Amino acid sequence: MTHTFTGLLDTDAIRKDFPVLQRLLHDDKPLVYLDNAATSQKPRQVLEALTAYYERHNANVHRGVHVLAEEATALYEGARDKVAAFVNAPSRNEVIFTKNASESLNLVANMLAWAEEPYRVDADSEIVITEMEHHSNIVPWQLLSQRSGAKLKWFGLTDEGRLDLSNIDELITEKTKVVSFTLVSNLLGTVNPVETIVRKAQSVGALVVIDASQAAPHMVLDVQALEADFVAFTGHKMLAPTGIGVLWGRQELLEDLPPFLGGGEMIETVTMGSSTYAPAPHKFEAGTPPIAQAVGLGAAIDYLQGIGMEKIAAHEHAITEYAVERLLEVPDLRIIGPRTAVDRGAAISFTLGDIHPHDVGQVLDEQGIAVRVGHHCARPVCLRYGIPATTRASFYLYSTPGEVDALIDGLHHVRNFFG
Amino acid sequence: MKLDSMYQDIILDHYRNPHGKGLRDGDVEVHHVNPTCGDEITLRVKLDGPTVVDVSYESQGCSISQASASVLNDLVVGKTVGEAQAVQEAFLELMQSKGQGEGDEEVLEDAVAFAGVSKYPARVKCALLSWMAWKDATAQALAQHPAVND
Repeated sequence: MTHTFTGLLDTDAIRKDFPVLQRLLHDDKPLVYLDNAATSQKPRQVLEALTAYYERHNANVHRGVHVLAEEATALYEGARDKVAAFVNAPSRNEVIFTKNASESLNLVANMLAWAEEPYRVDADSEIVITEMEHHSNIVPWQLLSQRSGAKLKWFGLTDEGRLDLSNIDELITEKTKVVSFTLVSNLLGTVNPVETIVRKAQSVGALVVIDASQAAPHMVLDVQALEADFVAFTGHKMLAPTGIGVLWGRQELLEDLPPFLGGGEMIETVTMGSSTYAPAPHKFEAGTPPIAQAVGLGAAIDYLQGIGMEKIAAHEHAITEYAVERLLEVPDLRIIGPRTAVDRGAAISFTLGDIHPHDVGQVLDEQGIAVRVGHHCARPVCLRYGIPATTRASFYLYSTPGEVDALIDGLHHVRNFFG
Repeated sequence: MKLDSMYQDIILDHYRNPHGKGLRDGDVEVHHVNPTCGDEITLRVKLDGPTVVDVSYESQGCSISQASASVLNDLVVGKTVGEAQAVQEAFLELMQSKGQGEGDEEVLEDAVAFAGVSKYPARVKCALLSWMAWKDATAQALAQHPAVND
């Protein structure tokens, strides 16, 4: 069978930038890295930015007058400019650096817990999430609900792996203070209908929080087009180092909402009795930030934009289309999520007969193929579809059709091994 | 890596035809989970005086965890609690050996097949799930019937 690909990137050239992709595993097996939804690999350009920062510019930011302090501050704040441009933020002051998307989402939940009216989430409020969220967009809201008395509600899922919007009018009501949902599911791969949810939330005056962790690495992310109030994502899934995340928030909200973590950097003046706070974004960045990691994120954004997010999205769409088609050829394989590449990201979860995902992953690893197995920090999705766990293959800009073929061959081998 | 060192035929046989599976009458029931992979077991222990008369279980999980529960049933049913605890400790020691242990076949019988699993830190918990559940259930059963310790 032949498959026609359109929009593939020059992966031969791209892969040369990623040292780890040259690795051989188990003596002689080329690494087939299909765990990109967990974390991406890092190009040389990002690694070199980290090394250059530490070898030439390392200092603490925003407080020294010496050369290195000024260079480090310029690099750190320069990374903020790059993020602002990357997400089309109206202002660089709307970009808060955190350590990851979980921290970003926890930060929003805690801002709302301590906010004054009209933002304060209290016992009369309702919070709306979805059943397909990563635990990082469930647990912070459960904590807020438990501590404030607010009611937590959620959208269910259809059998096809989409959000069930049929009861949107019952879920999002005048009582709703915040609606938080993922743009792209890390388990199902589903791309959610942002506009429908945002319109409804806006009609009742609820704030909208979007978890873009699985979107920012893979597609054009425009916070103004999304019309959300907050957008969270993490660096390490988009070629950057671990330890750096982003929370984008609308400027007037960041001005009104209270800080969460207190400490150095986030203050204006401090007396023993009380303090006043720096303006956003610094109000929300207590303590020495992840400076090198932010610089690394800036380098990652340069790399991604050098290729172009539209082109990356087109490449991944072509790979995903091919992968869905070939996976459905494997006997007893059930895709958990949309069985099409339409409105779907490049993470594909599946079960293989009654062979446990741990066993699938182990036998694939023997062939140098790295996939994720388990519940992918989205256990409610597994419960919804009556399965204990899945195997997940997830692709990125350096993934190739040949790697899809290797996965399919590997899955046939798994079936033979446990058959 | 040699995959066969993990998936020994003995393990795959127990996985395909688990011994003693299904829930039967017991003194104590426990439910244990492995949060990293979602493996779960519900396990019941039935004691008669000092003797383990039954270990019954319902479980879901990978081949390693399923085979391990089957081997557990083989090894502890019919033994005294003291003897069974000695087997459990020997199995725990083997699984913590990081691929160095071989296991005493006199004590562990089929369970020596799990020696290869001890090389894979991510899978050791799979092998130990049922054994930890059994240890927990037995401790609770003994607490209910302290005379068994006499």
